[in-house]
Amino acid sequence: MLETNKSIPQKEFVLSIEGLTVSFDGFKAVNDLSLYVEEQEIRVIIGPNGAGKTTVLDLICGRTKATEGSIKFKGTELTRLNEHQIVHAGVGRKFQNPSIYEDLTVFENLELSFPRGRNVWGALTFRRDTEVVAKVKEIADMIFLGDKLDMNADLLSHGQKQWLEIGMLLIQDPELLMLDEPVAGMSVSERKQTAELLQRITKDRSVLVIEHDMQFVADIADRVTVLHQGQVLSEGSMERVQSDPKVIEVYLGH
Amino acid sequence: MTKIKDFIGRYQLSHLLILAVILLVVMPLAMDIFRLNLVGKYLTYAFVALGLVLCWGYGGILSLGQGVFFGLGGYCMAMFLKLEASSPEHTAIQSTPGIPDFMDWNQLTALPWFWEPFHSFGFTLLAVVLVPALFAFIIGVAMFKRRVSGVYFAIITQAIAAILTILIIGQQGYTGGVNGITDLRTLNGWDIRTDSAKYILYFINAFLLIGCLIAARYIIKSKLGRLLVAMREREDRVRFSGYDVSSFKIFIYCVAAVFSAIGGAMFTLQVGFMSPSFVGIVPSIEMVIFCAVGGRLSILGAVYGTLLVNWAKTSFSESFPELWLFAMGALFIGVVMAFPNGLAGLYQTYVEPRLQRFRKPAPVASQSQVVSLEAGKTATTTNSADKEYSHAGNQ
Ligand SMILES: Nc1ncnc2c1ncn2[C@@H]1O[C@H](COP(=O)(O)OP(=O)(O)OP(=O)(O)O)[C@@H](O)[C@H]1O
Ligand SMILES: [Mg+2]
Repeated sequence: MLETNKSIPQKEFVLSIEGLTVSFDGFKAVNDLSLYVEEQEIRVIIGPNGAGKTTVLDLICGRTKATEGSIKFKGTELTRLNEHQIVHAGVGRKFQNPSIYEDLTVFENLELSFPRGRNVWGALTFRRDTEVVAKVKEIADMIFLGDKLDMNADLLSHGQKQWLEIGMLLIQDPELLMLDEPVAGMSVSERKQTAELLQRITKDRSVLVIEHDMQFVADIADRVTVLHQGQVLSEGSMERVQSDPKVIEVYLGH
Repeated sequence: MTKIKDFIGRYQLSHLLILAVILLVVMPLAMDIFRLNLVGKYLTYAFVALGLVLCWGYGGILSLGQGVFFGLGGYCMAMFLKLEASSPEHTAIQSTPGIPDFMDWNQLTALPWFWEPFHSFGFTLLAVVLVPALFAFIIGVAMFKRRVSGVYFAIITQAIAAILTILIIGQQGYTGGVNGITDLRTLNGWDIRTDSAKYILYFINAFLLIGCLIAARYIIKSKLGRLLVAMREREDRVRFSGYDVSSFKIFIYCVAAVFSAIGGAMFTLQVGFMSPSFVGIVPSIEMVIFCAVGGRLSILGAVYGTLLVNWAKTSFSESFPELWLFAMGALFIGVVMAFPNGLAGLYQTYVEPRLQRFRKPAPVASQSQVVSLEAGKTATTTNSADKEYSHAGNQ
């Protein structure tokens, strides 16, 4: 107990992952992983393909069940909860491929994500009142889609779809926001906009980002965790991680 | 690919009104009671097709066993009517008077316990709705909580339909077996076999169907309707937006079951019997065909599709009875391949644009106009649907 206290900083942890392991038919995609995320921190997870980054997010949000270990979010054990309960606890997750409702408009996409009327009765009696409209518009402006509210989501560009999905999470106002490769497929200017967006929204929450684009990582990260073969290879500031010989070896030897 | 979105919000009340006039005025004036009664029988299938629009068309849950719920509703009603027809005076010649005739033939000497409550009409009405709802709820919980879906779910519902049929046929003494429950006469003393009763029952049936259509319209226009569409596409996204996906599937499956059961009960009343031939696999698949022909995303299409296919069936099987099954199979394949949105889709592509020309150009042009400039053609096609729920005040 004392030892762990010494090795980790004294700030409040929003998320503490300890000894997390998941095994797919004997293959350990995540192996005895420990990770701590602080309040209002932007943490970026990097690592080669197949390192287990997406799997870590899957485990946190309940899509995959852990074989062993614990995931505590503000004192709540997440490994025992269902996906929607984890969302209610305050965790939002963006998928690696933009996952939006292409048959619906931007407005409706955001509206469906508005955290009210989430059970059957609530959905039947849901009313599009001024509060909902105001919130949807606020979020749409934030994600640069304020003038596209009535557009069918399938007509958006790839980058705009990514933003829309981020917006769908923001409207839930999660305390922990998890983004799987949010700038993949974006143009340079879109990347910059996204980086600014993330800086802005992190004032009220912690963000866990998976990203391959090193420039983007350097722009946004408070701290970086390098994952390799399901384990933490290195952790710390971007500079420290980049100069870590183990990291260099993994990336160059790849 | 026609968008699901185009269909939501299309159910203008005027379309519903036209159907109501057809059912309540045109049909009764144009037909003698024999034919009207036949239409009334077809309309009971439309309840099932309507349920399928909700759970298959919108929810993406293909059930090939809706006959089960039609049958449960129908049998509940039939049990009540049969008990009334089996008063001790009427059955004095039986070795055990006062029980249904088929029980007597099967050497039963007392009414089985589960038949007892069906002496009460109030209980029967509740049972018509609650028994199928409960059964659907149990199936739904067992399947959807375990995330059984798609083809697996369809096969399981089919198996349930088969099992229930076998059970009903096998337990002759309790259910009337393969003949079903026949020889029904009165409802609380009111003879349901007379022409005047058939008229009244036709109208009750039509009103109930319109009521179910309004309920269905409410559901698909609510947020729940949009969630169903979203779930079909991206179940995971819905889940990670904080919704318990299985509860919505269970709900819509139960609604479909209740609609079917109301149809079943009205069938029993109008036709005067209920038998296992309406429970099994074949009738269940027929119901899916009615729904597909009408257009699986159109609640009104379900009614028109059912009427059309049944009218064809009646005319066709009078002349070539042995060919009907093949004709229907061909119809189904044809519709699914060539017109995935059925009659409703045809109406939308060919009839509606023509009708639009007679109307004044739409005066509404606001925010969505801006968007259509950028979105080009596609936005204009979805325009009319969008307007109905433009922001603030989703009626
Ligand atoms: N459900 C699963 N069943 C079996 N193996 C899986 C499953 N999910 C992930 N894996 C395996 O676990 C490993 C880690 O996958 P993961 O998707 O987490 O990698 P990643 O770090 O996100 O890679 P990328 O950068 O390509 O997105 C891969 O080898 C993958 O094949
Ligand atoms: Mg990944």
